[in-house]
Amino acid sequence: MTMNEMLQPVVQSLQERFQAQPAEFRGEVSLLIAPEFNLEAVLALRDEFQFEMLLDETAVDYWPQNEPRFHVVATLYSFTRNVVIELRFPVDGNAAELRSLVPAYPSANWKEREIWDLFGIRFGGHPDPRRIVMPYEWEGHPLRKDYPLGYEEVQFSFNADQVDRHKRYAKR
Amino acid sequence: MGINQKTGEMGIVTTKLEDLVNWSRTGSMWPMLFGLACCAIEMMGAQASNYDLSRFGMELNRASPRQSDLMIVAGRVSRKMAPVVRQLYDQMPDPKWVIAMGDCASCGGVFNNYAVVQGVDEVVPVDVYVAGCPPRPEGLIHGIITLHEKVKKEKFKDWA
Amino acid sequence: MADYRATSIDELRHLVSDRALSGETVLLNMGPQHPSTHGVLRLLLELDGEIVVTCIPDIGFLHTGVEKNMESKGYQQAEVMTDRLDYLNPLGNNLTYCLAVEKLAELDVPPRAQALRVILAELQRISSHLLWLGTSGLDLAAMSVFLYAMRERELILDIFEMVAGQRMMTTYIRPGGVWRDVPAEFEDTVQHVLNILPRRIDEYESLLTTNPLFLERTRKIGVLNTQQCMELGLTGPVLRATGKAYDLRKARPYSGYEQYDFNIPTQQGGDVYARYLVRVAEMRESIKIVEQALQKLPSGPVRSNNRKYVPPPRSEIGVSMEALIHHFKLWTEGFAPPAGHVYAATESPRGELGVYLESDGSPKPYRVHLNTPSFANLQAMPVLTKGHFVADVVGIIGSIDIVLGDADR
Repeated sequence: MTMNEMLQPVVQSLQERFQAQPAEFRGEVSLLIAPEFNLEAVLALRDEFQFEMLLDETAVDYWPQNEPRFHVVATLYSFTRNVVIELRFPVDGNAAELRSLVPAYPSANWKEREIWDLFGIRFGGHPDPRRIVMPYEWEGHPLRKDYPLGYEEVQFSFNADQVDRHKRYAKR
Repeated sequence: MGINQKTGEMGIVTTKLEDLVNWSRTGSMWPMLFGLACCAIEMMGAQASNYDLSRFGMELNRASPRQSDLMIVAGRVSRKMAPVVRQLYDQMPDPKWVIAMGDCASCGGVFNNYAVVQGVDEVVPVDVYVAGCPPRPEGLIHGIITLHEKVKKEKFKDWA
Repeated sequence: MADYRATSIDELRHLVSDRALSGETVLLNMGPQHPSTHGVLRLLLELDGEIVVTCIPDIGFLHTGVEKNMESKGYQQAEVMTDRLDYLNPLGNNLTYCLAVEKLAELDVPPRAQALRVILAELQRISSHLLWLGTSGLDLAAMSVFLYAMRERELILDIFEMVAGQRMMTTYIRPGGVWRDVPAEFEDTVQHVLNILPRRIDEYESLLTTNPLFLERTRKIGVLNTQQCMELGLTGPVLRATGKAYDLRKARPYSGYEQYDFNIPTQQGGDVYARYLVRVAEMRESIKIVEQALQKLPSGPVRSNNRKYVPPPRSEIGVSMEALIHHFKLWTEGFAPPAGHVYAATESPRGELGVYLESDGSPKPYRVHLNTPSFANLQAMPVLTKGHFVADVVGIIGSIDIVLGDADR
């Protein structure tokens, strides 16, 4: 496939320098790289291989597995070559920390804030580590797998009164 | 109660006064601009020229809660937004009414999770619930007419 | 009940300039309920008189927990939630999610379904741009544009209602194709609307494009160049208004877009006026695409035949045992794509909308992440508003065309 041929030198270079493990699924290339090298790998892709834009940075939680518990996934796009590449950084559950990608791409700013807010992964060197989508004093990180959904019992006719008694109705 | 005593229990006068005041309140109830999510788009569609809300005197939305009577909560209320809704409701002067437009404002809708308040009646007292996801503009107009009928039945002892 | 005013100056010390701490500049809260923040957006403006020094956007007032909620529903049920994210582009959201599921499951989509998807996605783009035009005109005090734009939008919403039964949240585009075939009067109605639209767009242009008040309020306001856009991760009309012709429908085409002949409108200014011109031109290009797709509309089935993912028609259930078993499995458990992860992206009216979908082989998605354009575009607010008046901030928010359901998810 043409995308693979274009990405071949990129994958090889990253394999040699950072011991990246490539994987291919449905025509997409994703590389598993140790989290200590995240900023160097991304800078290498931006400066040497013209990956000008960070499309997305997100995280996946693999609880109850603890080493690694999270995978931080960064998707990069190159305008000149028109290819997408995905980098995965496995992060431990006990000390979930990485270096921030903001020095490489300023657009990672809010994305990393969201990952801190929803997963609890700290980004060292981030200029603005605050919660972004949850209220300021919220405790917990909702998108972790051990955080409950917060489901409320649905009111049907057989349990209508019971649910009604628990609901907090507001007064004037 | 005060006016009833002052007019010396002249029943016919107070009934007519009730009708007059209630009718005038329904005449031009100014909604507060409170569109939150998708239902806000249907509310804007109801205010546009196809389904005209101007016939109820509601063509403008007052941005300031101090100048509005009606709060149409259109859209899902998240936990971060709930204290804002309550503060805006408190800032509205009496008489005030609340319409919960859409499923998310009535009962939480499709979203039964940690982030959405399951029905805005946990935050403010609601007069009329309009179902739909989002309700058609005609549905919202039906809700407004129901509110008008409710207002017309209000009695002296509730507000004097 | 929490106190949302909890962000004190101490928490924002690293974001505001020193003059705010000494009291020389004023911190103004353009709060979640405001006439011209499109939705519930809170902006903290640091003002030196009337000039903005920094602008700190505060989002999360519409956070719906969609990503976590989708992990506890089946794939088909989770699609219902995608409608309600970017609520001006529900069919586009459905399309992106279905592209991700089809990529993961390697489902085929028949050509008639692809053409119908293109027609509906482009009609959705036109209706989203019409609403953008109406509301940003309303912000800049051009109220008649709002009423005219909503009048046209009603025509398009009538088409959606004829096809899917619902005006906005249709969930019409499903994995494997579309839900059901279009009725007989579809082509004539769409052609009728396409005949009306170009003259109406000329009407809007005559109201705004050469209007000296509009030019005064939009020229040289909120300027960005291409390098800044690429660094900040902006896509869509904002990027195209700086001169870069990047459109996902041409760069990484999906759903048969490569068969249609259309241009990518760009402008060089990078300001609010350039973005306005780009979006109006995009409306005209969308009309062209819909016309071509309508003429070439092939006949055939509208949904894939793969019974592991697509339910069989009711008539088959009475006669075939496999159809009954497939129906039973799909309704009780749902379909289970193979394990793996994909990233699928489409061009929404706001920019690049991407879905990262990871499955572990179970009937519920393991992780769905939505890479929404409004979240990325809002990051540029501090850069865009620096040095402008407060009144210009309103115009700038309108020009980047954010939808808070998209940004907060």
